[in-house]
Amino acid sequence: MSKKDDDLDYETTGHEWDGIKEYNKPLPRWWLWTFYATIVWGVLYTIAYPAWPGIKEATPGILGFSTRAQVAEEIAAFEEANADINAQLASVELTEIAQDAELNQYAQNAGAAVFRTWCAQCHGSGAAGAKGYPNLLDDAWLWGGDIEAIHTTIAHGIRNEEDPDARWSQMPAFGEILAEDEINQVVNYVMSLSGEPQDASQVAAGETVFLDNCAACHMDDGTGDRWQGAPNLTDAIWLYGGDFETLKETVTYSRFGVMPPWTDRLSEAEIRAVATYVHGLGGGEATVE
Amino acid sequence: MLNYIKLIALGLITLFAMIAASYARDLAYQVHAIIIMAVSAGLFLWTLRNTDEPVPAAVLETSYMDGVIRYGVIATAFWGVVGFLAGTFIAFQLAFPVLNFEWAQGYMNFGRLRPLHTSAVIFAFGGNALIATSFYVVQRTSAARLWGGNLGWFVFWGYNLFIVLAATGYLLGGTQSKEYAEPEWYVDLWLTIVWLAYLAVFLGTIIKRKEPHIYVANWFFLSFIVTVAMLHVFNNLSIPVSIFGSKSVQVFAGVQDAMVQWWYGHNAVGFFLTAGFLGMMYYFVPKQAERPVFSYKLSIIHFWALIFLYIWAGPHHLHYTALPDWASTLGMVFSIVLWMPSWGGMINGLMTLSGAWDKLRTDPVIRMMVISLGFYGMSTFEGPMMSIRAVNSLSHYTDWTIGHVHSGALGWNGMITFGALYFLVPKLWNRQRLYSLSMVSWHFWLATIGIILYAASMWVTGIMEGLMWREVDANGFLVNSFADTVSAKFPMYVVRALGGVMYAAGGLIMCYNLWMTVKRSPAKEAAVSSTAVPAE
Repeated sequence: MSKKDDDLDYETTGHEWDGIKEYNKPLPRWWLWTFYATIVWGVLYTIAYPAWPGIKEATPGILGFSTRAQVAEEIAAFEEANADINAQLASVELTEIAQDAELNQYAQNAGAAVFRTWCAQCHGSGAAGAKGYPNLLDDAWLWGGDIEAIHTTIAHGIRNEEDPDARWSQMPAFGEILAEDEINQVVNYVMSLSGEPQDASQVAAGETVFLDNCAACHMDDGTGDRWQGAPNLTDAIWLYGGDFETLKETVTYSRFGVMPPWTDRLSEAEIRAVATYVHGLGGGEATVE
Repeated sequence: MLNYIKLIALGLITLFAMIAASYARDLAYQVHAIIIMAVSAGLFLWTLRNTDEPVPAAVLETSYMDGVIRYGVIATAFWGVVGFLAGTFIAFQLAFPVLNFEWAQGYMNFGRLRPLHTSAVIFAFGGNALIATSFYVVQRTSAARLWGGNLGWFVFWGYNLFIVLAATGYLLGGTQSKEYAEPEWYVDLWLTIVWLAYLAVFLGTIIKRKEPHIYVANWFFLSFIVTVAMLHVFNNLSIPVSIFGSKSVQVFAGVQDAMVQWWYGHNAVGFFLTAGFLGMMYYFVPKQAERPVFSYKLSIIHFWALIFLYIWAGPHHLHYTALPDWASTLGMVFSIVLWMPSWGGMINGLMTLSGAWDKLRTDPVIRMMVISLGFYGMSTFEGPMMSIRAVNSLSHYTDWTIGHVHSGALGWNGMITFGALYFLVPKLWNRQRLYSLSMVSWHFWLATIGIILYAASMWVTGIMEGLMWREVDANGFLVNSFADTVSAKFPMYVVRALGGVMYAAGGLIMCYNLWMTVKRSPAKEAAVSSTAVPAE
């Protein structure tokens, strides 16, 4: 115990509860002055900023600050800075974007940002897709991989109710049309197109079933038809899975992948930017005149 | 006569619960109706067996009522461990989503377990700690037995029934989706009844006190009980969709609802986790240190400043939302002016130890109390800082907030409660001392290092994700996707979960130590008279 400890002689308030006594030492100076300082600061701050509610409205504060205005200003600053290039992006021919180095650079950056914000949830932040959500890095395209086709898909979406121009097609649920052994046969045939069937003895019978029921959309050779969004079945790339069970499920119940339209949520410049970005990911195809 | 009224009431409740169970419109409600039916039927039988039996010799009404406090101490330790384990598990779920098991979807996924964790630690662990310690403190410092006879027991069992109903409700999907106020309407009504009984017991004891003055701890406890009653009622104003279903519709809508929710939410922190626990601190710190409280004057000033200012600070939870700017400014200003009044409690606690600092070396219980005051001071500085609009625009919605809450909850609320439990158990079970002081030291270090891992990792991820979210390139385009921020946080999530493991391990060691204290530690030789006698 230090010598300076004279606390034990310090006067208490005289109260005692269950052995607890209280000193009545003065408030620490630094504490009191900091408390006063925060109060003074508080008064000044409420004069400077919107603060005190009245009958009709609150005091606006002498600085004219508003959180909404602050956000609007930041957005407006960027919109103004990008106004010219956005106008250019929204008006040129889609095929010309890639020709103009500056425009292409801008569209790639802007498109990447749009993609991260709006597309990554389904297609993955690296655009590699997931079960039911196409991989956008490869060159397999359901509805076409040139810049116009990609732009149309993004703008109007797929199989949605909101946009009358949405891409639309529907595979029948063959569980209601074919017998189970026929489905087994056709699944084996489809597997044989790109790899090993589960049961080689069924492939021949499956081809007959395929030509009668599937070839109208997927074509006789199984290479699919982009006009209808009918997948190529020969490339060993599968949206839902290429094993026997998954394919049987697909044939029996069909699939119905939906993508929303983006015209009412993104500007034309943004849609073109993200189309350019997706086109540039690796699988983009040249436009055939 | 009273027993006959009780029998009629319990019979009617059982009957209604049966009807409710069969007409129930959702699973949570049905399970709750069955729980209520079982509890009231059990109480009915118990009352029946005691009716018209010879009355046992009158209990010595002058002795302190400690039975209910012993139960409260056990419940505190039990729910504490449940809450810590649940928290640690969901921390691992965030780091490793595969732990949201496919077979338990809809019951044990993060969304269901998260409110279970928060309610278990705040309301079950913290609430039982507050009820038990306030009953202990108010009796000792008023030199009076708890008012209301068995009402104290009703408060304890009623409150724990509330916790069981709340917890089972969350798992089964019965929630009104208001943070820290998730229980549905009938559970809220039940809590209101229990809480008013709690207020009656506490106030009744103060009114019949034999001491001339009301001790400062009791001011804090009383402000906590009164304010929580008010907050609870207003934030839960809702209209049930059906008497036979758990769903209800909030009376407030839109930004008004958000504002009422955060007026409640922030003052749940302010009055439940601050004022109530300051009440605890004001008794146990001077008792354990055996020193007088530092300053009566500071007690008065910081008490009134704290309760006046805290109630206005809620809008800082809604910066940059639909809330009008004026309300957001006032929330921020009151939060910052609140800084010193909050620190008044820390100063009064820490300075009480002046002249007894040497005890830090020898008494791990004091050490626990001191570090809790340290964490209290840190989080009551961090809070006002985070309420500043510019800081909040970075910190809001990030893990920084979670880190802030946990340095307060684990550091301040947890540690002061552990200190109080280590103080109470030998007293309540009449033991000479704790079973093992080295286990208390182990608990202290595990908990402290656990909190540091938790808080530090959340600062890092919080600030990192805040910066990543707002990062834009020269043209104003976002640089990162949300998923990028999630994957960047992974290592810190593991660190956080490990902090939780350490903290929970400390809690388990405490339970073992307290259990062995009761079982093994030698009894006090001459039992100290627990008769209520005024100190002077």
